[in-house]
Amino acid sequence: MNVPRFVRLAEQGRAPIRVTIDGREAHALEGDTLMVALLSNTGQLRHSEFGPEVRSGFCLMGACQDCWVRDEQGNRMRACTTTARDGMAVRTTKEEATWPTLA
Amino acid sequence: MADPRVIVVGAGPAGVRAAQALVEAGLRPTVVDEGRRDGGQIYRRQPEGFARSYPQLYGTEAQKAKDLHDSFEALRPHIDYRPETLAWNLTAGQLHVVAGGERTAVLPYDSLIVCSGATDRLLPVEGWHYAGCYSLGAAQIALKSQACSIGKRVVFMGTGPLLYLVASQYLKAGAQVAAVLDTSSLSTRIRALPALAARPALLWNGLKLVAMLRSAGVRLMAGISPVAVTGDDERGVSGVRLRDAQGREHSFECDAVGLGYHLRSEGQLADLAKCHFDFDEPSRQWLPRIDEDGRSSAPGVYLAGDGARILGADGAEAAGRLAALAALKDAGRPHAVVEMPQLRKRLATMDKFRRGLLQAFPWPHQLASQLPDRAIVCRCEGVSAGDLRATVRDLGAQEMNRAKALCRVGMGRCQGRYCGHAAAELVADAAVLPIERVGRLRGQGPVKPLPMSVPLAVEEQA
Amino acid sequence: MSSQHVQTDVVVVGGGLMGASAAFFLRQRGVSAVLLERGLVGQQASGVNFGNVRRQGRFLPQLPLAHRSRDIWGRLPELIGHDAEFIATGHVRVVYAESQMADVEKYATDAKHWGLDLQILGRSELRKRFPFFGPEVIGGSYSPNDGHANPRLAAPAFGRAAKRDGAQVIEDCEVLQVEKSGQDFRVNTSSGLTVTAPAALICSGAWGGAMSAAWGEPVPMVPKGPTMAVTEPLPYGIVPVVGVSTRIEHEGVYFRQVRRGNIVFGGGRRNPAYLDGRRANVNPNWTLGQLHELRRIAPALGKLNVLRTWSGVEGYMDDDIPIMGPSAKVSGLYYAFGFCGHGFQLGPGVGDVMAELIATGASSTPIEPFHIHRFTSVPAAETAVVNA
Repeated sequence: MNVPRFVRLAEQGRAPIRVTIDGREAHALEGDTLMVALLSNTGQLRHSEFGPEVRSGFCLMGACQDCWVRDEQGNRMRACTTTARDGMAVRTTKEEATWPTLA
Repeated sequence: MADPRVIVVGAGPAGVRAAQALVEAGLRPTVVDEGRRDGGQIYRRQPEGFARSYPQLYGTEAQKAKDLHDSFEALRPHIDYRPETLAWNLTAGQLHVVAGGERTAVLPYDSLIVCSGATDRLLPVEGWHYAGCYSLGAAQIALKSQACSIGKRVVFMGTGPLLYLVASQYLKAGAQVAAVLDTSSLSTRIRALPALAARPALLWNGLKLVAMLRSAGVRLMAGISPVAVTGDDERGVSGVRLRDAQGREHSFECDAVGLGYHLRSEGQLADLAKCHFDFDEPSRQWLPRIDEDGRSSAPGVYLAGDGARILGADGAEAAGRLAALAALKDAGRPHAVVEMPQLRKRLATMDKFRRGLLQAFPWPHQLASQLPDRAIVCRCEGVSAGDLRATVRDLGAQEMNRAKALCRVGMGRCQGRYCGHAAAELVADAAVLPIERVGRLRGQGPVKPLPMSVPLAVEEQA
Repeated sequence: MSSQHVQTDVVVVGGGLMGASAAFFLRQRGVSAVLLERGLVGQQASGVNFGNVRRQGRFLPQLPLAHRSRDIWGRLPELIGHDAEFIATGHVRVVYAESQMADVEKYATDAKHWGLDLQILGRSELRKRFPFFGPEVIGGSYSPNDGHANPRLAAPAFGRAAKRDGAQVIEDCEVLQVEKSGQDFRVNTSSGLTVTAPAALICSGAWGGAMSAAWGEPVPMVPKGPTMAVTEPLPYGIVPVVGVSTRIEHEGVYFRQVRRGNIVFGGGRRNPAYLDGRRANVNPNWTLGQLHELRRIAPALGKLNVLRTWSGVEGYMDDDIPIMGPSAKVSGLYYAFGFCGHGFQLGPGVGDVMAELIATGASSTPIEPFHIHRFTSVPAAETAVVNA
């Protein structure tokens, strides 16, 4: 769902950065974690492997491992402990089975 | 005689004070921490470039937070500091680390002081897997570290002092708090007052928070039983349903839930070090055995802070220092030995408060057996309460590791951190066994997911 | 602790896959059996191994047994009511060097005579079929009807089926003494239970050597712990089981993706294992070594995360051939242990063959190469008291 989940309450004077989410350009702030960069724009980080629901992280401290996302090259990042950088392009959709195929 | 090689794992209150004691004694310890910055969880630092003040971030604990951060800054030139470094495994005298998710190393040690801290302790509720349901600690981190609320309208549910603290922090920061729902009843809290009075300042702070929430018009309920987090697969959380102490159903609309039942010690490294664990009756969880100074049952391995006993930040600072002094003494480099009795005494006082907190805000284990079969228990693997019950009833599992082997509970990415305790309650209930008889999930490395891109490790010389 | 006595036809010592399947197949033949397991069924080597259901690459005289077992794997649902997650995905063995390609081609030629049809795939054919292989892989051998299953589930499923069919399966029951007086074996256990039977089958895995030694039949066996790991779940995209054919120990890694998506991997260097502690620990450096090798075979694996590592206690014979068949010295005594880390695929077949051997006096599948008499040189008395 594209409705932003997190609400910014303060610290909004930081420099802007651009990230791409599922192919769409979005805006975030320098110093955001990747999780905040994503969830201030959308409501999900990934799809559950074993259920129909989307997930949006859980513990925010690198313990639950529920916030892993992947970039366009299939590299995996734990969104809550990764700093968002300008130019990051992330997919939150269900991954394809072609992931092991070499380019 | 060469200096003993000492590694401290964790740069929170316990780790920082341990490192400080070691540096005072003339050593240069290695400090390994997963975070980008020091401070651990409770004194988690905001990223560089954020502008909020210490009182804004840490409230009544602002001075303590500042002291801790300043102490660490002063220590930095005297320690081998490894931030963003995960201790992913451990063998006798060797710590296996990965830095930045990329660079591996094997760090030899003579003494290891593990200050691994804690996570929230969770008890599943139907629907807790929906997007928008977070731990209480997560709700706090979102605010403290990123100045965000986890949603537009938040319900906080569970038990423990953190419940009221986070709710009041959200309120102060301008977020919308719909309700604070506590499974502990007022009467259990009142009965615990004598023990809580062991630390009167903390008790007073707690009461003030409750009063502040009430006067702001936040709906406070005690003695509740969570029924479900409502929502849907695509949009996530839409509300919370519960029963009050009289059994009547209530519901609140919200788009985010902060859920938590006090804390759970991170014992994975202690487990890999083959430390002995004992079942702790007051908290109904397995804890690594330590003596009064923090020595574990494994030679050369010391445990301090919330990773060994949930005593809070002040307790962690005292325990960290004490464990370091014990390590120094054991290594034949005694330092400040005269302080050890008073540190032990402080810890004993804090332990009294710990028991008071557990009495006031007990882990509502009976709620596990009330979970409907369809409720997801293991979030990572999608294992339901019904699956667990069937594993006991039909496949004969009477113990946690057997249940794991047969139904996959605890096999997911979080390795049982968030489902382990509730799963044990369910297995014990279904097997009609006392909780300690079903045991605990056996720790296996890596402590956290290890990227498969990492190279062979270099063994570092001290 | 009660004092109870049970009389049965066969007492099976050790509740791993061999013991559990033997108990099951004995019942299929109407033979009564008591299975005694010190811990829980399937907890040791049977539960920690890689899960390969593979005939390709075996010591050729083992193929008849492997074929018989493969047939049973395909019929598990009808036999034991559980498929143990067996899927016939095919198994591909790849090589990095031409010299190794020659080895693999020779094996394919020889195996054909033993009833195993393999397909040799060159560099481009291999990549066309399996586009995940890295540039170092120059070719391989494919066995279309091999596959894999879930070792955590297989032995327990056989144990439950044996029990369903009338075997007594007794867990948390340590065998303290096995003695023979007259025609019967008499087994004393830690729970106070005594079992007597005219036949005894030793399936105690890495601990089997101590038992055979007590009967005057020592064997050269060492315990070792495999280096195992599993990744996070991924979309299901790697179908065959993959292994490397090599003479370099650390290169010999293998992996399989389960339907749920996780990738299980193992191989390379092993770890010391301890019989008294019944445990083995993974050397973290061996795991890192495996990652290096896995990235060579399938570079995309380098993007994943390892969630968990584990090991266990496996019994390895010096000649890499298991002990299976009757005792060379004591009538009524039988052995099936020491499967050198390659017993999982054989498990159902071993149980079926041992049941046939015990029930009828002969096995229709040749198992002579596994006879314990290849180590026995000195004759000994028929009766013995042994502390297990």
